[in-house]
Amino acid sequence: MASSCRRPEHMAPPDVFYNEEEAKKYSQNSRMIEIQTQMSERAVELLNLPEGQPSFLLDVGCGSGLSGDYLSEEGHYWVGIDISTAMLDVALDREVEGDLVLGDMGHGMPFRAGTFDGCISISALQWLCNADKKSHSPPKRLFTFFSTLYSSLARGSRAVFQLYPENSEQLELITTQAMKAGFSGGMVVDYPNSSKAKKFFLCLFAGMTGVLPKGLGSETSDRAVSNQVQYSGQRCRFKNMKGKSVKKGRDWILEKKERRRRQGREVRADTKYTGRQRRPHF
Amino acid sequence: MKLLTHNMLTSHVKGVTKGYPLLIKATEVKVNQLDFNPQFVSRMIPKLEWGALVQAAEDLGYRQDLPGELIADYEQNEEFLKKVHRVLLEVEVMEGCLKCPESGREFPITKGIPNMLLNEDDA
Ligand SMILES: C[S@@+](CC[C@H](N)C(=O)[O-])C[C@H]1O[C@@H](n2cnc3c(N)ncnc32)[C@H](O)[C@@H]1O
Repeated sequence: MASSCRRPEHMAPPDVFYNEEEAKKYSQNSRMIEIQTQMSERAVELLNLPEGQPSFLLDVGCGSGLSGDYLSEEGHYWVGIDISTAMLDVALDREVEGDLVLGDMGHGMPFRAGTFDGCISISALQWLCNADKKSHSPPKRLFTFFSTLYSSLARGSRAVFQLYPENSEQLELITTQAMKAGFSGGMVVDYPNSSKAKKFFLCLFAGMTGVLPKGLGSETSDRAVSNQVQYSGQRCRFKNMKGKSVKKGRDWILEKKERRRRQGREVRADTKYTGRQRRPHF
Repeated sequence: MKLLTHNMLTSHVKGVTKGYPLLIKATEVKVNQLDFNPQFVSRMIPKLEWGALVQAAEDLGYRQDLPGELIADYEQNEEFLKKVHRVLLEVEVMEGCLKCPESGREFPITKGIPNMLLNEDDA
């Protein structure tokens, strides 16, 4: 019991755990912001969206919209759904570009068939494995969620979930319910040999069979997979930025501008002033 | 809530088979200027329930001269795309509620966020 107390899901239901105090961290704790952003970036990479065109995406457990901000930076439009009003209030304060909906994923996704070009979800799915009310059955809630998500996705699109599974039975339950709902795909594990960097991404395909991408830092990456993007090594640009807020450095800004240029968007030219602290003006 | 989101939202109350389109009752509406992206608007048009969009815009008083039927060759028609952009992405319902056409269940909209939570009995 002692160790399980460290998992937020065991402490309180999500709408109670993510209260104002917890939500504040998402706008103030730079470490938290950095991690959420990095995981969002990897999730979008795994979505494998068509290049150079804006997509319409769903962010499940969008919370304060850190993940959504990354989607906006990439030029995408999004709808976020979350169960915590405190987290959504932070998203409003942060003036996110996406549209927000208050909802419980265990009740199903309230969207028309074929609405979204893809779905991401960062650190939220494990919450569905808990029964917070007498009437809650985790397998049933997972199935309701996955089957309604499946229908709300355009054929051929993907859903990528970064999650913190508690144990292998939980992973098994989640994948089984996703497959029952019609998805194919599976788990991608980044840095499987590092206890700290290890990350789980459930990659689901709606209405097509795809080749599951390789996890980063896994030793078996020499088995070439044809017509699949090579993912390894893409993360290393972060390693020079330790300790610094990723979203402020000059490199980060240059990179973001470059991404926007690639999308054919209007971007101001880079100058020696790019990414410099501005003097306050009144 | 933007009308793009409204166009995609359905009532998911248990037993409801066609909870669409949700009826908008707005007490506060706002227009938020947003960059015009013709590529995105053109991409979304085939996914829209056009009639529901026009009706929603009409109900809020923002229909202007949006045609009841979707026009052909809209990709080339910048003026038309701009009008769609405006109703789809700039007009926002801030306060009010959405009503399920089948069950009559109402979903409140507060600070621009529709509350789609269900009672456990309706889930
Ligand atoms: C770690 S936070 C994710 C933060 C978010 N990605 C961001 O950028 O701020 C997990 C989120 O999942 C949400 N969540 C947990 N259970 C949920 C449920 N059943 N339905 C909808 N959202 C849920 C929580 O309210 C919380 O905001």
